[in-house]
Amino acid sequence: MSAAEKNNMIKGVLTVLGKDRVGIIAALSAMLADANCNILDISQTTMDDIFTMTMLVDVSDVKGGFAPLAQALKAKGDEMGLSVQLCHVDIFNAMHKI
Amino acid sequence: MFISTDEIIQTVRMIQQEHLDIRTVTMGVSLLSCVRGDVDSTCRAVYDKITSCAARLVEVCRGIEVELGIPIVNKRVAVTPIGMIAPADPEGCVKLAETLERAATAVGINFLGGYSALVHKGFTPAERALISSIPEALKATQKVCASVNVATTKAGINMDAVREMGQVIKRAAMLSADTGGSCCARLVVLCNAPEDNPFMAGAFHGPGEPDCVINVGVSGPGAVKAAIEHVRGQNFTVLAETIKKTAFKITRAGQLVAELASSRLGVPAGIVDLSLAPTPAVGDSVARIIEEMGVGRCGAPGTTAALALLNDAVKKGGLMASSHVGGLSGAFIPVSEDEGMIEAVRRGSLCIEKLEAMTCVCSVGLDMIVVPGDTEAHTISAIIADEAALGMVNTKTTAVRIIPAPGKKVGDTVEFGGLLGSGPVMSVRQYSDSDSSAAFVERGGRIPAPMQSLRN
Repeated sequence: MSAAEKNNMIKGVLTVLGKDRVGIIAALSAMLADANCNILDISQTTMDDIFTMTMLVDVSDVKGGFAPLAQALKAKGDEMGLSVQLCHVDIFNAMHKI
Repeated sequence: MFISTDEIIQTVRMIQQEHLDIRTVTMGVSLLSCVRGDVDSTCRAVYDKITSCAARLVEVCRGIEVELGIPIVNKRVAVTPIGMIAPADPEGCVKLAETLERAATAVGINFLGGYSALVHKGFTPAERALISSIPEALKATQKVCASVNVATTKAGINMDAVREMGQVIKRAAMLSADTGGSCCARLVVLCNAPEDNPFMAGAFHGPGEPDCVINVGVSGPGAVKAAIEHVRGQNFTVLAETIKKTAFKITRAGQLVAELASSRLGVPAGIVDLSLAPTPAVGDSVARIIEEMGVGRCGAPGTTAALALLNDAVKKGGLMASSHVGGLSGAFIPVSEDEGMIEAVRRGSLCIEKLEAMTCVCSVGLDMIVVPGDTEAHTISAIIADEAALGMVNTKTTAVRIIPAPGKKVGDTVEFGGLLGSGPVMSVRQYSDSDSSAAFVERGGRIPAPMQSLRN
């Protein structure tokens, strides 16, 4: 069992890469709210002229399930010309923390 | 934030742009409990065992892919070497192969390994039957992979098996002449075969393994190449450190997938194979890493040293990232499955003899090499003997997966499709009559095991 599964809260990371525009956070956070996901932390910056946003969200109790939400967010990103991905925090902890 | 944005973006880039993926989650299944009094009953027991153990394998892996955002390219099963449970008649063996194919289809996997025999010291009647049935078994199936271990460091080389495998490979090629001899892409001849290898075509579930186990093979040549692009011109210490750090991250992803798959399937986690497995996609090539190190063309002088450094750094980086390491562990150099290797052959910088040297310092052997269709069986056997000798003397795994493509000549290309890629036909040093290696291969018997001291 992974670390996140041992604690009750399962944390996800939403990553957004692409060209900055009006309404990115509004659109994605509305979808997260609809799916019952609390935003725990948010950080945005510009790296090599690319708008980069990462959001830490609570995905313990996603309405409709994790996979459909991840898919819907990706589709919304495609629609807005952005690369959007939602995945569990475990992969980042595994790769970057000893 | 809990983890830096840089680190998050680095992972996302590795996956989205540098082809980082989990190459395979392979479930090992023991079939030793499936032996019955007649072959039909054995087949039923084999089918039931595989389909019950691996029923949720694909579904669970798909769930992990979505949650972690990392592709798991292949979901596979490896079984007990069929030579250990087969009847001593080739037709019965083919029935077992067809059963494996049905089971593979039922659970939704793309390859199943273990149509295998371990004959490094000698054959049982069942293993003789199985080996002679390999061409027909491969022809009758699409997903079943066959392997034969013909040598070990402790037992030496079974030259009778080596001789026979040359003929088996030729026959498998002829039976699939319409697809360029593609059956041979699912057939590998090994020395020092690992019992927990998750990679095809050489995967089987060794007799020392538990009843059921999850083994994971990672990948990521593109991620390694991207990392070393940042240290161009710097010395080898810096280069090796950079590769180690990248291999650590890649392997940690594999370890996480192994833990999750193991806990969700209720099956023990076996090993993570610390591998750099290329694909034919641009940006997913081991050859391009060697070129990025400064060897202008893969195959040029310097290639073997570059590959030695790469292989060693991948292992050192990966070791700390995983609780249990096994399988083949190292860089793979399958010609038809690596875009950079294919180009190196086409432009003439890479030949079979150079590949042979490279196999002394990396994880496998002469892999996915297409040779002219008129290559004699004894020439193929002699190539296998050379490769087995390298593995035997150097206490490492070596393998030969060679495709004598019927009707094809040097310069032609054979398309296998998918992960197997496309192979340019390579030249073989083949001499006729009294100058050939036929008399060497025809001797038969065993080459004795080598000394383990006075190692020069």
